[in-house]
Amino acid sequence: MIEVSNIEKSFNGTQVLKGISCVFETGKCNLLLGGSGTGKSVLLQCIVGLMKPDMGSITFDGTVYTNSKIDIRQEIRRKIGMLFQGSALFDSMTVAQNVEFPLQMLTPEMSVEERRERVEFCLKRVGLENAGKKMPAEISGGMKKRVGIARAIAPQCTYLFCDEPNSGLDPLTSIKIDELIHEITHEYGITTVIVTHDMNSVIEIGEHIIFLHQGKKLWDGTKDEILNAEVPELKDFIFSSSLVRAAKRIDEETEGGMAAFAEGSESGGGI
Amino acid sequence: MLTTFGSFVLFLRGMVTRTERLSVLWNRTIDEAILIGVDSIVIVSIVSAFIGAVTCVQIAYNLTNPLIPQSTIGYMVREMTILELAPTITSIVLAGKVGSSIAGGLGTMRITEQISALEVMGINSTSYLVLPRILAALLMFPMLVILAMLLSILGGYLAGTLTGVMTAQDYIEGIRTDFIPYNIVFALIKAVVFAFLVSGISAFKGYFTTGGALEVGAASTGAVTNSIIAILIADFALAALLL
Ligand SMILES: Nc1ncnc2c1ncn2[C@@H]1O[C@H](COP(=O)(O)OP(=O)(O)OP(=O)(O)O)[C@@H](O)[C@H]1O
Ligand SMILES: [Mg+2]
Repeated sequence: MIEVSNIEKSFNGTQVLKGISCVFETGKCNLLLGGSGTGKSVLLQCIVGLMKPDMGSITFDGTVYTNSKIDIRQEIRRKIGMLFQGSALFDSMTVAQNVEFPLQMLTPEMSVEERRERVEFCLKRVGLENAGKKMPAEISGGMKKRVGIARAIAPQCTYLFCDEPNSGLDPLTSIKIDELIHEITHEYGITTVIVTHDMNSVIEIGEHIIFLHQGKKLWDGTKDEILNAEVPELKDFIFSSSLVRAAKRIDEETEGGMAAFAEGSESGGGI
Repeated sequence: MLTTFGSFVLFLRGMVTRTERLSVLWNRTIDEAILIGVDSIVIVSIVSAFIGAVTCVQIAYNLTNPLIPQSTIGYMVREMTILELAPTITSIVLAGKVGSSIAGGLGTMRITEQISALEVMGINSTSYLVLPRILAALLMFPMLVILAMLLSILGGYLAGTLTGVMTAQDYIEGIRTDFIPYNIVFALIKAVVFAFLVSGISAFKGYFTTGGALEVGAASTGAVTNSIIAILIADFALAALLL
């Protein structure tokens, strides 16, 4: 469980995060939802320690992360896997070397053979067993995201952070990526935090959703509660999605579109 | 200006605290040394051979006094190239080649979040990315400068004899007159200092790139111009201090 309490962050006088407190639950997909520029990426970077918040504290399973000694921070960092918005693969290395890299750096006690097996396993897990020898420039955006996931889970992380895992992907691929993250989270009991502004992901995998608006947390709950939320900003956000609007229209016309929509999502994503 | 210098010092300090394992550092340094050194041999050779040749021909053109022996030309070519032209021109050429590639490479890694990815893994990105580049430069610049010295003296020899401005004997006699071994040491000290300036400044420029592809280009250009200015200032300072 990751606890974030009262995080504030400003850039050159403009406050981007205005005191955010929330909890990310273990073994679940926690979604950070919000419009563009609301500070989702900044919050994520504060949590993983790429940025220092001006105020507030972050606790990983009881260990305070902010302002603690470098050794403790290092210890926690080694348990963090992260998928970046642009994948951030090392472009001088092949796909397999990318996945192997954290193992090489963080677990020198592993033998070459063990490492090779782990790389194979992780690539297979994301469905890329044949792409190991390719360079990042030679694979598609969706494949890059999957390599990013494989690299993040290679050292058996306890916390997985994904910044917009499905931005720039077609709906089918993005559902596949969502499902992959969801499966991995449950398989290994990882605490997963996903930044998104995609309502599809919310309906698909949102087990715990935190809605941010202009640097503040306005709402949190599950995907079943979100459609009935009474926060005007959240309503605006949800119903700006034409898919949801369409479902709502059917709902009004036929009494059951919205319900079918929610059911569909529960049975594994029939959108 | 002063704050930039302060952050440069902090940047260098961050690089040597909590370094990665020695084996990793060693492998990375060798990789970078190959990139910096081997790939620069051709350009350094061409430039230094021509510098030696031009120096020889121009000195010969200016030395018309019959009282001064022809061998003086060889002597002057040696002095000029070893003391000044080989280390300085080679470093300026390398500032263009190595400096821009360090800044461009690190800048690209920064804007594509590869540096953040390293940091999240708990890896000290400056010690992993920057330290090997600086060490490699410290290793390779002196070697390339030695190569440049040899080739510029050879270039002078070829130019002198082929154009017929002097005999081979005169040239060889000239380059063996009053040889001061300390000059070579001095040139190598210069090479090491320039190596540090070029790699350090370029890495600093690249590492702190913000923005997009345009800024990576700007960082590369900034790295080259700043390195060259730093080389020239250091060249003057070293000459004033050590000669
Ligand atoms: N390094 C920075 N320096 C200055 N301002 C920044 C920096 N990073 C982010 N900001 C500002 O913080 C605000 C929030 O940015 P952030 O990247 O967190 O948005 P986001 O919620 O992730 O949006 P998106 O969904 O478009 O990625 C923006 O107004 C941005 O200009
Ligand atoms: Mg973002």
